[in-house]
Amino acid sequence: MAAEAKQQILARIREANERAVRGKETPVPRDYVHSGGLDAASREELFIERLREYDASVTVCASAGLASTIGVLLQDRGWKHVIMAAGFPAAALPFGFEFRQEAEVENSDLDACDAVITGCEVAIAVTGSIVLRHGVGLGQGTRRFTLLPDRHLCVVRAEQLVETVPEAFALLEPFTNDPLTTISGPSATADIEMTRIRGVHGPRFLEVVLVR
Amino acid sequence: MRITLFITCYNDTLFPETGKAVVRLLERLGHSVDFPLQQTCCGQMHYNTGYQQEALPLLRHFVEVFRDAEVICAPSSSCVAMMRDHYLKMAEASGDKALERDTALLLPRVHELTELLVDRLGLEDVGAYYPHRVTYHASCHSLRSLCLGDKPLRLLRQVRGLELVELSNIDRCCGFGGTFAVKNPDVSAAMLSEKLKDVEDTAAEVCTAVDNSCLMHILGGLHRQRAGVSARHIAEILASTLEEPAL
Amino acid sequence: MTVRVGDAAQAPPFQRAALPLLEDSQLRKNVRHATGVIQRKRALVAGELSDWQQLRAAASAIKQQTLRHLDEYLLRFEAACVAAGGQVHWARDADEANAIVLALIRSQNASEVVKIKTMTSDETGLNRALEAGGVHPYETDLAELIVQMGEDRPSHIVVPALHKNRSQVREIFREKMGLPGLGDRPEDLTAAARSYLREKFLRVPVAVCGANFLLADTGGVCIVESEGNGRMCLTLPKTLIAIAGIEKVIPSFRDLEVFLQLLPRSATGERMNPYNSIWTGVREGDGPHQFHVVLLDNGRSGILADAEARQTLHCIRCGACLNACPVYRQTGGHAYGSTYAGPIGAILTPQLQQMRHSQSLPYASSLCGACYEVCPVKINIPEVLIHLRGRVVEQSGLSAEAIGMKAMAAVFSSARRLEAAQRLAQRGQWPWVTDGWIRSLPGMFAGWTAVRDLRAIPRQSFRQWWRERQHGR
Ligand code: SF4
Repeated sequence: MAAEAKQQILARIREANERAVRGKETPVPRDYVHSGGLDAASREELFIERLREYDASVTVCASAGLASTIGVLLQDRGWKHVIMAAGFPAAALPFGFEFRQEAEVENSDLDACDAVITGCEVAIAVTGSIVLRHGVGLGQGTRRFTLLPDRHLCVVRAEQLVETVPEAFALLEPFTNDPLTTISGPSATADIEMTRIRGVHGPRFLEVVLVR
Repeated sequence: MRITLFITCYNDTLFPETGKAVVRLLERLGHSVDFPLQQTCCGQMHYNTGYQQEALPLLRHFVEVFRDAEVICAPSSSCVAMMRDHYLKMAEASGDKALERDTALLLPRVHELTELLVDRLGLEDVGAYYPHRVTYHASCHSLRSLCLGDKPLRLLRQVRGLELVELSNIDRCCGFGGTFAVKNPDVSAAMLSEKLKDVEDTAAEVCTAVDNSCLMHILGGLHRQRAGVSARHIAEILASTLEEPAL
Repeated sequence: MTVRVGDAAQAPPFQRAALPLLEDSQLRKNVRHATGVIQRKRALVAGELSDWQQLRAAASAIKQQTLRHLDEYLLRFEAACVAAGGQVHWARDADEANAIVLALIRSQNASEVVKIKTMTSDETGLNRALEAGGVHPYETDLAELIVQMGEDRPSHIVVPALHKNRSQVREIFREKMGLPGLGDRPEDLTAAARSYLREKFLRVPVAVCGANFLLADTGGVCIVESEGNGRMCLTLPKTLIAIAGIEKVIPSFRDLEVFLQLLPRSATGERMNPYNSIWTGVREGDGPHQFHVVLLDNGRSGILADAEARQTLHCIRCGACLNACPVYRQTGGHAYGSTYAGPIGAILTPQLQQMRHSQSLPYASSLCGACYEVCPVKINIPEVLIHLRGRVVEQSGLSAEAIGMKAMAAVFSSARRLEAAQRLAQRGQWPWVTDGWIRSLPGMFAGWTAVRDLRAIPRQSFRQWWRERQHGR
């Protein structure tokens, strides 16, 4: 019966197309904007502005100061139980803190921890988006890793930041076998009277560290 | 210029003063106006209600009557939109190649009144005088099919004595929609009530538009409410002068 | 095969269904507010992109191209999805789809499922079928949860509970979640849903989702959402079942660069919605062990066979046409009696049912064109509405209306007859005219004069004046 359903549907589609296709096939016009025109500084500025509009916090630092910046953040926020994504570079983490490894934790640990730390694959300035590629050992976590906790600290390197959506998809194309998640600000809903509420099921706090 | 008037069936029957105003206006601007008495209706009501077959003879009739006209002017954006949006498709579907060709040749010569004035004749100041507070309703077809933009407003701004007040939600439908108002009278009434509120909020004496169909609807509501606001086609305002004011 | 779109076949005609809704001042306020907010935000963020029109043109062309080769793209999607460890099922109609989903759930010995908002499953009536089969579905999208707990119907394809305000939601949650002290701030209500559902996400073994896009080249699926309930359902349960209309396939992963710009801006007025998930098949150690896609026809191939109306299948369910529609603004979604409300519902619902039901819907529009203007995939909804009216007229045969319309057409096809009719009307209207106005009319025009006057027909038509003037010269 299953094979029959498939054949019938395909036959109906073919019949319909024979009857109702009009005109010649023309190529898809792709004259929309592919790459943006901003220089690096304005691109970063735009990205930061967009993230803040989503209620995400942003800290900017130099590459050499990444570990200490993360240290100060954790200190300030009082986050003690922090878990790092598998493959996240240990050198980017500050001394004097204890980080648990992704591999050793259960869902309940993720649920209960103070925060998780990941990197990302690409970030998009125009939309204030971060794209995670959930490959093994990429330092970006599995999908649930950045979902169950209440806080997500994400390190974005300036060279990962593009301006437009098409630029990001061009970079992602080789990795379509890996699950991808785009994140634009903390989880939110506006289902009740169009009032935006932060943090329904995903993390309520998105903390971005932009490394120049 | 010799301008051939397509008055449209409901202006002919229900709003003759609009037609008279168009004639007066165009003649005042130095053009001669011609009115082929054989003309009837563009077929919009039939076509939009689902009687597409019945609309086809009306297309044929229109093409027949206006075949030789150089410049055709219609004081109704919805009728012009009917022609521009559907005539070619209808002619094509009829399988009549001659009709298809004639329609294609005719369509570029059909203009809505304000289009004719602004685009074809290059005018914004038509020398009108109309000392009243007026608000302008942008009818759906004028806005989204003909894309008239602010052409009617540009004409109104040059009218001496006229105080133009902006209508809120200017791009929102008044709820007429041809047979929609008959088939869905209650929803149409709800839409109208919002439009009336916006009109009354302007404290205008007169609401104008490029379509008498919408104005008939809006005026019908205003009159029922005894709102003391009238409605008048833009042609009548543009035709009005100090010597011969519109009443 | 029996095509079903929710309960649309039993729904009363639009003009009748609208009546009680027009009376509901609370509902109308809620609908006006919600659609107004999204509309303004949409205009703002769509206006921000200088290439908005180019993106619309590209999206429309991609969809056209896909439909032209729909059979090939579906087969390509199937092959790629299977190669990545997924399983693909084909369903001719709603019942077949529901049966497949139920069988898959039973094979996991599950008695509960968590669900991401999917209009397609509302179309097939999946929840009812699951309940009948002993499986309890939990809706996890906040709005869908409100609708489910309130035993209500969705009234908008993106914001299904927009007809409810905070205190109405509070009442539902208080009763159904057993939280008598619950406050009515949106924060409180959202927090209540969060803790109610988190336990379900961690426990329930099967999830059901829809799909925003199926990617033919990679076999991938893309889901667009805001709350994170989607990601929960996509990654925590062991088994994931996606139910998707056959028109959801697009040729390639790269095409997302177009749609993911258009969809969020059109749907919620955001530059990007909080989460998009894109995945292919199953992935060891991350997400479900089993992944199924049910490809649903349910009348779609019939729409494809109509040259003028097949553009209906371009729809990406952004809801922009609902928010822009002045008719929807008055009634909200329930008047349409279908899963799909608003302008898209008015063309999709009757077509899915082969024009056998919901014939009042193509007339539930003033043809103002606001829907076409905002549609990110450029569906010319007014054009399709008119075309479908033609099909309704064809089917209705010689009704009283048709006889009247034919008579009018005969009058309009000759100037002599038109003039005769004008004279007849000028003379014959007197019983209804007082002081130059008609205040009440009988029959089908009574609705007009219920709230509007009609100016009496002037004694002289334009053509009579013109003739007089020519003679006088
Ligand atoms: S028809 Fe267009 S505007 Fe309406 S929901 Fe579909 S894609 Fe959006």
